[in-house]
Amino acid sequence: MSDQLEELTLINRPEKSRPLGLLFWICVGWVGLNIFGAIFANLLPLPDPLFQNYSAINVGPGIHHLLGTDDLGRDIFSRIVFGSRVSLAVGAGAMLIGFGLGAPLGMLAAYRRGRFDAIFTTFMYVLLAFPAIIATIAVLSFWTPRALVKIIVVIGLASVPLVYRVIRTATMGIATKDYVVAARIQGATDTRILFKELLPNVAPIGVSFLLIGIATVITLEGALAFLGLSVNPPTPSWGNMINESRTVLAQNPWLVIFPSLALCLFLLCLNFIGDRLRSHFDVTEVKL
Amino acid sequence: MARYLIRRVVMLVGIVFVISVGAFYLIHLLPGDPAVVILGTGDSPQNRAILFKELGLNKPIWDQYFIWMRNILHGNLGTSFISQTSVAGTIRAALPIDLELIVLSQILAFATAIPAAMRSARKPDGPLDRVLGATSFTLLSIPPFIIIVLLVLFIAIKLQIPHTGPSSYVSFSSDWIGNLESLALPAFTLAIASFVVYYRVLRSDLIATLQEEFITLARSKGLSSRRIMWRHAFRPSSVALLGTAGVNIGGLLASGFVVQYLLAIPGLGYTLISAIAQSDYLLVQGIVLVVSVGVIVINFLFDFIINLVDPRISRE
Repeated sequence: MSDQLEELTLINRPEKSRPLGLLFWICVGWVGLNIFGAIFANLLPLPDPLFQNYSAINVGPGIHHLLGTDDLGRDIFSRIVFGSRVSLAVGAGAMLIGFGLGAPLGMLAAYRRGRFDAIFTTFMYVLLAFPAIIATIAVLSFWTPRALVKIIVVIGLASVPLVYRVIRTATMGIATKDYVVAARIQGATDTRILFKELLPNVAPIGVSFLLIGIATVITLEGALAFLGLSVNPPTPSWGNMINESRTVLAQNPWLVIFPSLALCLFLLCLNFIGDRLRSHFDVTEVKL
Repeated sequence: MARYLIRRVVMLVGIVFVISVGAFYLIHLLPGDPAVVILGTGDSPQNRAILFKELGLNKPIWDQYFIWMRNILHGNLGTSFISQTSVAGTIRAALPIDLELIVLSQILAFATAIPAAMRSARKPDGPLDRVLGATSFTLLSIPPFIIIVLLVLFIAIKLQIPHTGPSSYVSFSSDWIGNLESLALPAFTLAIASFVVYYRVLRSDLIATLQEEFITLARSKGLSSRRIMWRHAFRPSSVALLGTAGVNIGGLLASGFVVQYLLAIPGLGYTLISAIAQSDYLLVQGIVLVVSVGVIVINFLFDFIINLVDPRISRE
């Protein structure tokens, strides 16, 4: 008896999870700083990102222009801060669509099972087989003229099957747990089980996948911008800036190095936060 | 096995059908009269008549689809009214470059990822594993389009290595050494992206496999650790690796587009982006169709190979 009791307490004792660590909070701070910059770019004491100063072309980093200027004399630092708006808007907007459609469907399919699940899962797997980036390139090249909203919608819709799969797999692992079965036997309504039993347990997996998803979506937008398929110049975006620097690589390498650094640091932080959260919540790795 | 294969083939046909409808419908996403947009600079009464006949534009949309499908099944993807060349011919000329790029990058990626993952899995959390883990995690956050720009900046522009810069592509038939030089940076870029994924997947799978009882048995028989790693652990773990490689193909092709665009290597990606810039919509449609179907078929082939490696999968 006492043995059994001990075993029970052993199981129930919450495992001490690894502390999040300093690096985690540095990353959170960096992401926060980027979001702050993107929202308040207008109010910050920054030069106009579109202003072309022909007396200061291809200037290196210095006191007047923190990160130098580009081949049209525009301030690189200001363009990077304003450019973060595009990346953040695409990241947030596309994931809003992806999670808004994919997550409820995935949870419902995993909870209800049966025909509903079979139809949706087959449908989503067919969509998943379609290479997302090629589909986005295809749709964006035909759906002209290009605008930020269209890019967000196309990338968002392309991410729905992926979100669906992750959330469905995560929910299925939880829907078979004893406490969910117990709740159902007690006569809890479907809504109650979905919101009170399943949602709180799926949420941590969802959040860590959300961060990695945002990073993936921002990378995709960057690649599209690099190919000239995202927002039109002169609107600055990190991908646009890297694309524009191609022609003056030899003369002004700063032009590619700074926006690349901004993009990579931001992605690294998002990936790191997502990864750390996943291990913190002790979530067994869901196949992404 | 046979039943599994039949199920997969039916699924394959279904997916290809969905893709063909999607690719067909792209033309109708264009704003305004599709004929005007497709003809572009080649708009003349004769061309207009040819286009209407080829696409059946005055017929109902389902008839248009069947006409289009019948042409494709005869290997006819249409004629571009902008470059006056057949779409199928253009694709046939560009495709080998993409294939060469992918093969080169995959050789590099497997040749580095497999030994690295084995070293890591032998001592998880050891110094080497930590270094490789941190490196692969960092590389994961550097998109291919940044890697290629930086490589071009440092190797082609700063070090002046021949054949590596933009617009210096050499065809395989004219000079194969020059060809390999001109594909070195793109292949390396794609290899980095694949390496990160393969290394992480194979490492975690090997660590799990190495805890199995048959490995303990092999150890107690006194087999060398090299033999255990390759003969006993690698084969079961290679299933995960192959699965990842199959899924990776689509992303790999897309990254290939990006590196070709920067270096003006005349593969499918460069052709596609130029076609978009010139509003050559029939060519864009043809490339999208060929690439999507190609990715699906390659995925299917990988599934089949995985089955040969691990026959249990088809019995599930």
